[in-house]
Amino acid sequence: MTPEKMVHMANQIAQFFAPYGREQAVAGIEDHLRKFWEPRMRAQITTYIASGGEGLHEFAAEAVGRLANK
Amino acid sequence: MALIKEIDFGTPQRESAGIVMLEIDGRPVSVPAGTSIIRAAIQSGVNIPKLCSTDSLEAFGSCRLCLVEIDGRRGTPASCTTPVEPGMIVRTQSPKLAKLRRGVMELYISDHPLDCLTCPANGDCELQDMAGVVGLREVRYGYDGANHLSAQKDESNPYFTFDPSKCIVCSRCVRACEEVQGTFALTIEGRGFESKVSAGGKDFLESECVSCGACVQACPTATLMEKSVIAKGLAEHSVVTTCGYCGVGCSFKAEMQGNEVVRMVPYKNGQANEGHSCVKGRFAWGYATHKDRITKPMIRSRITDPWREVEWAEAIGYVAAEFKRIQARYGRGAVGGITSSRCTNEETFLVQKLVRAAFGNNNIDTCARVCHSPTGYGLKTTLGTSAGTQDFNSVDDTDVIVVIGANPTDGHPVFASRMKRRLRAGARLIVIDPRRIDLVRTPHVAADHHLQLRPGTNVAIINALAHVVVDEGLVDEAYVAERCEVADFALWRGFIAEKRNAPEATEAITGVPAAEVRAAARLYAKGGNAAIYYGLGVTEHSQGSTMVMGMANLAMATGNFGRRGVGVNPLRGQNNVQGSCDMGSFPHEYSGYRHVSDDATREIFERLWGVELEREPGLRISNMLDAAVDGTFKGLYIQGEDIAQSDPDIRHVTAGLAAMECVVVQDLFLTETASFAHVFLPGSSFLEKDGTFTNAERRINRVRKVTPPVGGLADWEITMALANACGYPMHYDHPAQIMDEIARVTPTFTGVSYDRLDKLGSVQWPCNDAAPSGTPIMHVDRFVRGRGRFMITAFVPTDERSSPRFPLLLTTGRILSQYNVGAQTRRTANVVWHKEDVLDIHPLDAENRGIRDGDLVSLASRKGETTLRAHLSERMQPGVVFTTFHFPDTAANLVTTEYADWATGCPEYKVTAVQVRATNHESEWQERYRAIKHETMRVEGGRIEGGNETIG
Repeated sequence: MTPEKMVHMANQIAQFFAPYGREQAVAGIEDHLRKFWEPRMRAQITTYIASGGEGLHEFAAEAVGRLANK
Repeated sequence: MALIKEIDFGTPQRESAGIVMLEIDGRPVSVPAGTSIIRAAIQSGVNIPKLCSTDSLEAFGSCRLCLVEIDGRRGTPASCTTPVEPGMIVRTQSPKLAKLRRGVMELYISDHPLDCLTCPANGDCELQDMAGVVGLREVRYGYDGANHLSAQKDESNPYFTFDPSKCIVCSRCVRACEEVQGTFALTIEGRGFESKVSAGGKDFLESECVSCGACVQACPTATLMEKSVIAKGLAEHSVVTTCGYCGVGCSFKAEMQGNEVVRMVPYKNGQANEGHSCVKGRFAWGYATHKDRITKPMIRSRITDPWREVEWAEAIGYVAAEFKRIQARYGRGAVGGITSSRCTNEETFLVQKLVRAAFGNNNIDTCARVCHSPTGYGLKTTLGTSAGTQDFNSVDDTDVIVVIGANPTDGHPVFASRMKRRLRAGARLIVIDPRRIDLVRTPHVAADHHLQLRPGTNVAIINALAHVVVDEGLVDEAYVAERCEVADFALWRGFIAEKRNAPEATEAITGVPAAEVRAAARLYAKGGNAAIYYGLGVTEHSQGSTMVMGMANLAMATGNFGRRGVGVNPLRGQNNVQGSCDMGSFPHEYSGYRHVSDDATREIFERLWGVELEREPGLRISNMLDAAVDGTFKGLYIQGEDIAQSDPDIRHVTAGLAAMECVVVQDLFLTETASFAHVFLPGSSFLEKDGTFTNAERRINRVRKVTPPVGGLADWEITMALANACGYPMHYDHPAQIMDEIARVTPTFTGVSYDRLDKLGSVQWPCNDAAPSGTPIMHVDRFVRGRGRFMITAFVPTDERSSPRFPLLLTTGRILSQYNVGAQTRRTANVVWHKEDVLDIHPLDAENRGIRDGDLVSLASRKGETTLRAHLSERMQPGVVFTTFHFPDTAANLVTTEYADWATGCPEYKVTAVQVRATNHESEWQERYRAIKHETMRVEGGRIEGGNETIG
């Protein structure tokens, strides 16, 4: 998957959950990525964060960080 | 097996709590109040002669054959138009009645060709039957008087003939067109002796007729007759089965001569269609024997090689060896499968089982990914289950019908007829659609409100409607307090009350006047039972899932769940969209919508299947293609889907397919996807196998084999063979055993079996100990998830925006006569109505570009360009264009983008920024396509597809 597509997908998820406020939104994004993204995709976005995570919504970036830490 | 003949009770059934007792020919009879005498008589076993009455139509009282005598009444009233009354004493036979009936028949026959022995209706003609019943022995008037015997046939319709010389002007066809279909294409023209049936003064093909077949079904003579019957004669046996087209799931009698279908007749006892049909199910089944059908397995090492026909064992062995090789080299997750909503529940269940148990991963997805996956996500999140809430006939109790992003008269015609019947009876209508679909104004139906929004602004409009409900105090507070999560509702109420959601604020986004939105919201909230019906105009957006949740929010806030006449109802596109989702074809969940990470659920399957299963979700279709391009996904088994035509951004799809090392296509024809395949396995049509389809109302209907598979194996047998070759044993003797396994592992299906389906006709899931006969209405006392959950649905504009370079917005969809990628309908006479994809464009947009109706135009987006003909239409709003994706050489999906629903990845087919300009040539892609298409389909020995002959 291209980084642009991956960032777009993650940011869309973040935009849906954003109105719930940071804590709930980040938890919602993390849960969504865990339930619906195949491990290859999760690994790709985790690597992307490690390399700077340019363009990612801050809530998405935080959720990916939590994914990587579990 | 015999020919199934349903009893015709003369007039429709009446529902009433009041029971009327009367006497007919000395027999005591009890029927609901309002029942006609003829129906009461036939129900009690007393047949009364009739011609103009039939139980699909209201009584008309014109033929004067069903006359009876009633004690205490003068004359001989028609039993079809006379309702029963308490204590009535009715006689159906007397010398006087016999004389009257014989006299009537004499008049009919005096103006009817006496060619019974060569007539196509010989043996299936009510006029012939009645002549026998009344004992007609002579016609005193002779046959030389003025008559209609020289009237010319109208053979313009490809499927049926209109022969007015045989017409008795009973008006059954006219009334069927009005009452059953709701098109009003037919009329009686002229008066007295000059009276004749007319398709509005035109021939049938040029008229408003939609070829649903209701008139043919209603005709008591050979006046309206299927051309297939004229050519072949009458059937000798029939089998009840389920249509293989849209999500209505109509039951048909396949009328057969041996293994050959003579005609498909809608089955009166079919619980989804109740005897009605559309042009596709009724007539467009000829593709099943089209000469393009591939009947032998084929393989090739490279997609540039010609195909080589092989035996089944070699093909199956080749696939297994290739998939094992790929997994050994690239890893367990390098292969996967795609199921089709055109296949049965049993087949999709087996494919996902193959992937999970034999391939050892969850890389299984289904074509519902690109249509109704947001329905699953949205309704499960808010209500607790991924399905529509009502049965079809619930609409009979609806006061306000809301149609959002759906075009039922084209996409779901049989349900549309039912909906129109309810609208003609007084229900109100709100249409939310960028296009002026037929329902907005059609004979005797007019929408109260057409909210003609800009594409991509659904969520803004649903929020605006909900805002009015909250703002104007229209929330059903008691319902919400009793049935819904209180904290979530409070949060939602605060959000939806914000000014940004007010119609006055959203007007600038949607283009819909605020006053119109407010009026529609008031009607929805205060108009009685309100039901939402929606289609892909809701789901195929970047906010598809958000919109589904928005509709659920609105319905919960107004108390419109849990009884007849209300609800939120997806109109499923293909025949088994609901079923393919139910069967666990998504990469994250098993049958019954249970996540693969749920240990308890996974253990159920591991115990039964005897293997350890993967707990991580698999790849979706689009991500399989991404992974293929990345080099980590190399093998794909595709059952019955044509992703190279149906999925968005064709270049992305074909790049993914071309990057794989073993693509296996199991289908009826050499599809566009087959051009990228290494193995082709001949699939079976719906006529060639047993199984079940589940329609949009969760109704599980039996599919019954009426003719052997042309390739020798039914699809479920092919999957089974693949599993065995891969080293995972699968043994089923019949799809009934597969359904038994589904029932064992799926809580909502535990009561489903072929025996029960045969006994009840069909069942709607959940069907289990709590609901052994199924569940027509969901969420009656409580939501499946317990309390309904309101979700915040903030409007987020799509990133696909119009611009100076691409100033128009394209939406795509389908039309009545064609179906999905057209592989089936393009190989039928339906092409007379739609032989190519065209671009609907508003006359103003056309004029600005110097485009006239019928001109070739280039349709270009940032993803691609194609050429097709323009069709000027005021159904479009300025700035919006529309086309279909039925033809591969148009390739509408060259133009669509990779944008998709945030939650499910459902593509955003409904919003693509485009430019349209006049042109005089095809696009580069089209020219290249035409040049190489036949190359990719070469078979050693020279056989390629094309032509219109049949294999039969």
